[in-house]
Amino acid sequence: MAHAVNAADTLEEKLTQEQGLDDHFHEHSHGDKYQSNFLTTYIFSTDHKIIGRQFLITGIFWALMGAAMSIVFRLQLGFPEADMAWLRPILGKWIQVNEAGIGKLDPEFYYSLVTIHGTVLVFFVLTAGLSGTFSNILIPLQVGARDMASPLLNSFSYWFFFLASVVMFLSLFLSTGPFSGGWTAYPPLSALPQASDGSAAGMTMWIVAMALFVVSALLGGINYVTTVLNMRTKGMNLWRMPLTIWAFFVTAILGVLSFPVLLSGVLLLMFDRSMGTSFYLSEIVVGGQVLDRVGGSPVLFQHLFWFLGHPEVYIIILPSMGIVSEVLSVHARKPIFGYRAMVLSILAIAFLSFIVWAHHMFMSGVNPFISNFFVVFTLIIAVPSAVKVFNWITTIYGSNFRFNAASMFAVGFVSMFISGGLTGIFLGNSAIDIQLHDTYFVVAHFHIVMGIAAFFGMFAGIYHWFPKMFGRFMNETLGKVHFWGTLIGAYAIFWPMHYTGMAGVPRRYYDGGASFEAFKHFTELNQFITVAAIVVFFLQVVFVINFFYSIFSGRKVTVKNPWGANTLEWTTPIHAGHGNWPGNIPAVHRWAYDYGKGGVEYIPQFIPLKEGEHDHGH
Amino acid sequence: MTALIIVLCIILISIVLVQIGKVTELTAQIKGEREVMSDSSKWNGWISIGFLIVFLVAVFVSSWHYKNEMMGYGPHAAASEHGGILDGMFNVTLIFTGIVFVLAHIALFWYAYKYRWRENRKAEFISHDNRLEMIWTAVPAVVMTYLVVQGLNAWNTVMADISPNDNDYIEIEAIGQQFNWIIRYPGPDSKLGTRDYKLTSANNQVGQDFTDRKNWDDVIASQELYLPVGQKVRVRIIAKDVLHNFYLPHFRVKMDAVPGMPTYFVFTPIKTTAEYRKELSKYPEYNEPSDPADPTGPKRWESFEYELACAELCGKGHYSMKRILRIVSQEEFDNWYKNEKSYYVSQIRGKDDDPNKGKVLDIDPTEPVAPVAQDTTATPPTK
Repeated sequence: MAHAVNAADTLEEKLTQEQGLDDHFHEHSHGDKYQSNFLTTYIFSTDHKIIGRQFLITGIFWALMGAAMSIVFRLQLGFPEADMAWLRPILGKWIQVNEAGIGKLDPEFYYSLVTIHGTVLVFFVLTAGLSGTFSNILIPLQVGARDMASPLLNSFSYWFFFLASVVMFLSLFLSTGPFSGGWTAYPPLSALPQASDGSAAGMTMWIVAMALFVVSALLGGINYVTTVLNMRTKGMNLWRMPLTIWAFFVTAILGVLSFPVLLSGVLLLMFDRSMGTSFYLSEIVVGGQVLDRVGGSPVLFQHLFWFLGHPEVYIIILPSMGIVSEVLSVHARKPIFGYRAMVLSILAIAFLSFIVWAHHMFMSGVNPFISNFFVVFTLIIAVPSAVKVFNWITTIYGSNFRFNAASMFAVGFVSMFISGGLTGIFLGNSAIDIQLHDTYFVVAHFHIVMGIAAFFGMFAGIYHWFPKMFGRFMNETLGKVHFWGTLIGAYAIFWPMHYTGMAGVPRRYYDGGASFEAFKHFTELNQFITVAAIVVFFLQVVFVINFFYSIFSGRKVTVKNPWGANTLEWTTPIHAGHGNWPGNIPAVHRWAYDYGKGGVEYIPQFIPLKEGEHDHGH
Repeated sequence: MTALIIVLCIILISIVLVQIGKVTELTAQIKGEREVMSDSSKWNGWISIGFLIVFLVAVFVSSWHYKNEMMGYGPHAAASEHGGILDGMFNVTLIFTGIVFVLAHIALFWYAYKYRWRENRKAEFISHDNRLEMIWTAVPAVVMTYLVVQGLNAWNTVMADISPNDNDYIEIEAIGQQFNWIIRYPGPDSKLGTRDYKLTSANNQVGQDFTDRKNWDDVIASQELYLPVGQKVRVRIIAKDVLHNFYLPHFRVKMDAVPGMPTYFVFTPIKTTAEYRKELSKYPEYNEPSDPADPTGPKRWESFEYELACAELCGKGHYSMKRILRIVSQEEFDNWYKNEKSYYVSQIRGKDDDPNKGKVLDIDPTEPVAPVAQDTTATPPTK
């Protein structure tokens, strides 16, 4: 294998020299003037590869925070009688110790934990940590660009995210507690500080953090779209782009079109909170006080929120889909099945994602007639989703499938996407949603289909591109332990929630429904889920240890293209500097999926087509 | 001290993990890349098959175990007229998705195992197959069309409001507030009186306008709620402060309560509380004691009640907005209704905040039971 790769290296150099894109790039062998010291190289860098890693590491921080929060509220749900006084050093007054010395989690803080868990995982981890990381690292490398269209805006994108993180983090330390009205922040609860402690300063900081986050998402998104459209290397037409790039590109478009709507929604909420307007408020009596606010509608906020909120779930899942398509194909040593169908289904899903938002609102009091349209469009999404699933499975069919941490997480993704996607068919049908809306069935559905699945895509991407990011491999054995443990553990956590959901147990119940005859008999199941959650949490610690240990001491990458992949990122030096390629940028002659074609194991994109050879991308 | 032990444990486990990592790296170097890949693919291929079997068995066994918790099955059959339609939809969807779930998982993990990496195998070059792709676009499309048509039929039937000519129903009002439900009955005139949120005060918690005579006989249920079996009910749903959700799990009823925007849900209870209890008594798990700490106490089926819950996050007491609803025969309902006092007559009439103070009304203020309506056009609540 090593021999073949070296031959390919020489061929690659020759081809790049002769046919590559010469943009008069001068290699700065002593580092360019903007990247001359530690601070400019690693902190305030404009290199997309560094920015991507910054997004990743910040994302890992938030993932651990969010997961730790979920452990605390899972303890409350699984073991409501247990003494939580041991958490006092961390949570302070949010653990109330009674006379018997038994510490109890404060209900208000329980809701804060649920809210911040949702917010940071959806936005900070699975949007910034996933899309921010991989769009940044892979878009310029895979389309053949020196950097993003605007490296400076790209760096701002990270720093706005960092600021958003700081504000959100600081809100955890407020005396009235962080925001506690759910990640969807529905008014009037989120608009009225009288209605909930978390809606006081905690909500203000939540809004500020989200506004900063939207700025970050827009700066990043505009850059990704521009880079994909304008900065592709010679020969890289749209139908030759790897599916990763298609996914990141469409994701960025979704973000650019939908995040401003969220921003306008939360700005109006800000006005309602502090300037006496009534966009979302009408006829309210809170805490015995009759408010002088009429004419608004809380449902308006829900429309604005879900107009982002629904595309947002595709902003989360599409990058994972792209990563999985690429990783599966590379490790199956076989082209992705139905490349065009894969691209078209991404486009179809993206288009449909803008006209299904009200399926989150079937039970919110909107006219039931309107729901008819949203049911139809929602269930249509099942069709392109099914096409994608069958195409992934067929990609494995007849392959020579290399089992490693990356490819196994890709398989795990497909499994999760099947399981979670199918329950969407129940929830998208408004008639069934009457009973299942806001029960644990919904919790099971979205955690599997966009939480775990998106995480699996992210893990597949990290294990696969770690050699490109850090010049070393992650440890495979720990990776496999991580995979099998997480796959089994994640199902152990979320599968049983379908049963509690079918029994009607509502989500967001501090005591899990213990005071209700109809909901209270799931004690053992709740304990099981909590234990599984703790196990899965520690498996993620294994991943984090593996990640940071491997950065410094992992097995070194010795060849440029360790996986034998076709895409352009593997033509850059193992430790690529700012500018990615030392000389010309390689020109592209074929699609990214010529694996096993004509008996050749893989034919990278820079190899010219033979006479009469068909390029399958077209 | 515990903290120190925990920190030490974490450090120790980290060191162990790092060492495991190092050892496996070293053995991998000795074995060589190809043998490592071959071994890994063989072992993990087998684990895939193992996982597939265990997973599917666990799914079926756990579904069987929890079958009595499922919508529309056994003790969880709906207690309302429309609930059966929804439960049926659920079951049909469960069959379709169940088939896809099992087949897709078998294909996924079986192919991964069957086509695992081997030294001298070559992957086939299959880039696409239009016919196959057409099939798996068309089949889901047909199934979805079926589900959409069924679903929308059910939806539009269930969500339809009372038709204008239909007088055969009771209208009650559910008002959500932090953290309980206020339920208002129309009284003998069958009409809910007007409300204005600005009139809300400590004595007038839902802001009834007592200059409106329709309010004079309105009843605010004090304890349990009662509804007659077989009688169509229109619940007018609204919230005072933040969003709530009127949720009757046994009746498949759920609708947000929105401040400033009344919503509604129409349903017909078909099983009395006693009938539902009797059905539950057939299941062994409902013959367990209701309170595990008190084994001689009432059994689960004996203490069963229909419950009203809140299903929209409304603040820190969200989980506690419980009311008990009893479905009873028409006769029992009439009895209960007769004994509930009009809120106006019992709490407001003659007091300082009575807007009709000093006026002579055509109700008898000394008799604190439901007044006799003078309006002869009003239909009595009992049919």
